[in-house]
Amino acid sequence: MKPVAFEHATAATLDEARALLTTGAKPMAGGQSLGPMLNLRLVRPERLVDIKRVPGLRGFTETETHLTLGAATTHAEIEDGRVPDVTNGLMRHVAGGIAYRAVRNRGTLGGSLAHADPAADWPSVMAALGATILTSGGRRLPADGFLRAPFTTALEPGEIITAVEIPRQPPGARWGYCKINRKIGEFAKAIGIATPTRLLAGAVEGPPTLLDRVEDIPARLPWLDPAAQRLAAIAVTRAQAMRDS
Amino acid sequence: MGKQGVGAPLPRREDDRFLRGRGRYVADIAMAGMREVAFLRSPVAHGIVRGVRAPQGSMVFTMADLDGVAPIRAPSALPGFRRTDQWPLANGRVRQVGEPIAMVVAATRAEAEDILDAITLDIEELPPATDMLAHRAGPPIHEGWPDNVVLHSLVEDDISGVQAPIVVRRRLRTARQHMAPLEGRGVVARWDTRLSQLEMHTSSQMVHVTKTGLAECLGLPESSVRIISPDVGGGFGYKGILLQEEVAIGWLARRLEGTPLRWIEDRREGLAGQANCREHHYDITVHADHDGTILALDCEAHVDVGAYSAYPFSACLEGAQIGSILPGPYVVPRYRCRTWSVATNKPPILPYRGVARTGVCYALETTLDAVARAGGLDPIAVRLRNLPGPADMPYTNVTKKIFDSGDYPEALRRAAEAMDREGFAQRQREARDNGRLIGQGFAIFCEQGAHGTSVYHGWGIPFVPGAEPCQARLTPDGGLELRVGVHSHGQGMETTLAQVAHEILGVPVERVWLIHGDTALTPYSTGTWGSRCAVMAGGAVAEACTELRERLLPIGRHLLQAPEAVFEDGAVRAGAASVSVAEMARVFHRAPQNLTEAMQARGLECTAGHKTMRDTGTFSYAAHAVEVEVDPATGHVDLLRYVIVEDGGVLLNPLVADGQVLGGTAQGIGTALFEEMPYDAAGQPLASTFADYMLPGASDVPDIEILHMETPSPISRFGQKGIGESGAIGPPAAIVNAINDAIAHLGREVTDIPATPERVLAALAHPGRPGRGGAA
Ligand SMILES: Cc1cc2nc3c(=O)[nH]c(=O)nc-3n(C[C@H](O)[C@H](O)[C@H](O)COP(=O)(O)OP(=O)(O)OC[C@H]3O[C@@H](n4cnc5c(N)ncnc54)[C@H](O)[C@@H]3O)c2cc1C
Repeated sequence: MKPVAFEHATAATLDEARALLTTGAKPMAGGQSLGPMLNLRLVRPERLVDIKRVPGLRGFTETETHLTLGAATTHAEIEDGRVPDVTNGLMRHVAGGIAYRAVRNRGTLGGSLAHADPAADWPSVMAALGATILTSGGRRLPADGFLRAPFTTALEPGEIITAVEIPRQPPGARWGYCKINRKIGEFAKAIGIATPTRLLAGAVEGPPTLLDRVEDIPARLPWLDPAAQRLAAIAVTRAQAMRDS
Repeated sequence: MGKQGVGAPLPRREDDRFLRGRGRYVADIAMAGMREVAFLRSPVAHGIVRGVRAPQGSMVFTMADLDGVAPIRAPSALPGFRRTDQWPLANGRVRQVGEPIAMVVAATRAEAEDILDAITLDIEELPPATDMLAHRAGPPIHEGWPDNVVLHSLVEDDISGVQAPIVVRRRLRTARQHMAPLEGRGVVARWDTRLSQLEMHTSSQMVHVTKTGLAECLGLPESSVRIISPDVGGGFGYKGILLQEEVAIGWLARRLEGTPLRWIEDRREGLAGQANCREHHYDITVHADHDGTILALDCEAHVDVGAYSAYPFSACLEGAQIGSILPGPYVVPRYRCRTWSVATNKPPILPYRGVARTGVCYALETTLDAVARAGGLDPIAVRLRNLPGPADMPYTNVTKKIFDSGDYPEALRRAAEAMDREGFAQRQREARDNGRLIGQGFAIFCEQGAHGTSVYHGWGIPFVPGAEPCQARLTPDGGLELRVGVHSHGQGMETTLAQVAHEILGVPVERVWLIHGDTALTPYSTGTWGSRCAVMAGGAVAEACTELRERLLPIGRHLLQAPEAVFEDGAVRAGAASVSVAEMARVFHRAPQNLTEAMQARGLECTAGHKTMRDTGTFSYAAHAVEVEVDPATGHVDLLRYVIVEDGGVLLNPLVADGQVLGGTAQGIGTALFEEMPYDAAGQPLASTFADYMLPGASDVPDIEILHMETPSPISRFGQKGIGESGAIGPPAAIVNAINDAIAHLGREVTDIPATPERVLAALAHPGRPGRGGAA
């Protein structure tokens, strides 16, 4: 379980990152998903480009309507409230349930979205919140639809996520989050999210999917077997109940 | 000696270095010029190796290179046992995924893995045997065998005449598991040209047995092998096994004399090719009277032992133990048990904490609960009917096990009381009315520990434990060195054995130095296994220190010029005058002119051996009680409360005993709810990382309440009993009984563990087919 030899470079600026990310190169943020894949030799990049210190990928900006979080913001920074929360506590709640603290100290929001594991938390949460993903190519991509298929995103080769723009939730707007998993900190088998206006089913072997009603699950998530559809329905129902409680 | 002696709750001395990251493990050892070894492992479960083509210029070795090396053989003298040859590197056939085929040497592990990637391996695949029931009859995976039965054992009473009003039959399965010590296996080895000796550092529980086995495989005299085991990050049985890798690297270190070699097992190698345990299948029937009194117990059990008989415990261990311990703590008048140990194309099954007891306790205790349900009886009452009472002790059970002491019914009563049985019935009804499923489950079992010569002689496996030795030595500055052949890998022996020495000699615990884990420095021992160290090594330390005390007494009397002086509180005393152990040690070593010739001759260094008064083992026992909530929608099980009543006899150190029980219970919770190493029909392991192999985490282990009883063992030195494995035995039985209690009113029952959400949901979805065998 040792990676194939690779070159390692640290990008100091976004331009530098762009220049280093040639064919065969891969960006690395927290390394919490990439590290295991390197060790298992599932990926064999020629070059790793550490983007975690690029200034544009850190920090945040806040407006009346939005919070823009740098892609390299860690789960722990969100959990601890070291960046503002515009979701009435939803994001802090979710961050605290990702893996365990050591992983959260390093793992990043952008890395999670780019990795595009449907069982991860952020792809579902960002889709449910109607967030927008900002890229080094200057594109603005809606989080809903960003995860095209398991481990496949709308990013172009060499393009990286620079930030995520999260709409401010109305004050007092309630939410519900239900992550069904084997044990605390494990990847989800099913995620249900309820905001005042949206329902979402996630962690279901395919893209997170917005719903009008729980009953839509069989039609909107046809790739799931009946047992997984049942689990998704339980997650969404429980999220709704949490929101409405 | 109250403050530091036997029974004192001293914090563990070793924790200071462990908690500060100052422990030193095999992987911390670096030697100049050291090179890394990696193994090419079989990607298939069963096949014939046709060719290994290595890239030009690489250092790759196969079995053909290992001239003069014998296979690992762990036979048993039990009648009908079929021996296997486990070659250090594949010799023609491979019989499990992960079996080593070739050994690669490079400057770094990464480069060694690059070479592995570049090797072309030609394997002709054979159909694998993957299911112990379906493949028992064959096709055989070992040449010349008629079927796949390694051992068939029988305990045969005539039960044909038993007429029982309650007959309950269950078919139950326990998953194949992986034992997952924090530190995996690892080896650093070099050939010492000065001593003409192989020096191998390896993460081991039993350095002397490893040395013997290794010397035999390599054809070396034992004096040419030295095994050193530094700090060990958990063993649980996995480090009591001689590995193919140790043999292969031992050969190579000698061949490349001057070049130290290192192999550190990575998590994937450990998960997907080694360290498997626990896979049992039971077809068990309990015949009981109206009031739950057991009339007869009848069982057919299968154990999937994997491809090879692991050294030294052999592939007979689990199967034959099932036959001898299935009756548990109970009075069973008639008993029949047939077991089959079946070879399959999976890694060898190894003795994991609890060994067969965890499965046996699960089978019997869940079936007894089914008896209670069938008879409309309270599960506590059923157990109380069948437990031997304190007046029956020592009690010889149906398989001739001698329970040495204790009050088993009292342990169960205390557990029931702690769980508020009365109030619970009410709470359970109210919860059901609110759509919630809660249940309570109980299990009681006993654990034989420190069993010795007469027991193991009967198994006829490669070693038989005898008297346990300790060498005690007083140094000129009054320090005490204890050399023992057992090894601590989490048991806190640097503390507890020092406490024993303090009890006898009064030397402060801080001045006692435990030397262990090195064959060159310690007396020969079978090592740490079978919950034996507190009793056997504890007894040995007491024995050696007592001998030292006897040598000190005349010295003290002589120095005090008081023939009536006595040894007390770490000194020889006569009235107000005294001479301390430290002073006597100083005089002996540095001022012998003050002693008589006879006193000088005897030395303050002695070796003594210890055996318990009867070598049939101490029997600790425990009652586990748990309350769960089952989520009927997701099948998720929450542990709401966990109580253990534990009787480990006289506790050398109650903190250390609690630690043992807690750690074991966490592992038992893993067995009950999480851990499973599944194989597909091709014999491929389906969990090769901890993302797939689920271990319980901190948040999955509730606050466990431990209540102690301390019934002294009549056969051990201080009345102490072995409890090292206890915690890992009870949880699956207690937890599944609690789950079944929660869903019994629906007519549902879980039969297979781990009780994953999928299994719980499946049980909830299938009424009227408990155990698939059905209730008679
Ligand atoms: C034990 C464990 C448990 C876990 N449990 C959970 C869980 O419960 N829920 C959950 O959601 N996650 C979980 N994770 C994953 C964790 O959240 C990771 O941090 C996250 O998936 C990846 O973030 P990272 O910053 O570590 O990315 P990296 O590992 O550095 O990179 C991941 C991938 O994204 C790419 N990448 C990284 N940053 C960018 C960027 N800005 N733009 C474009 N591409 C980029 C990399 O090239 C790589 O392909 C777990 C991980 C572990 C090890």
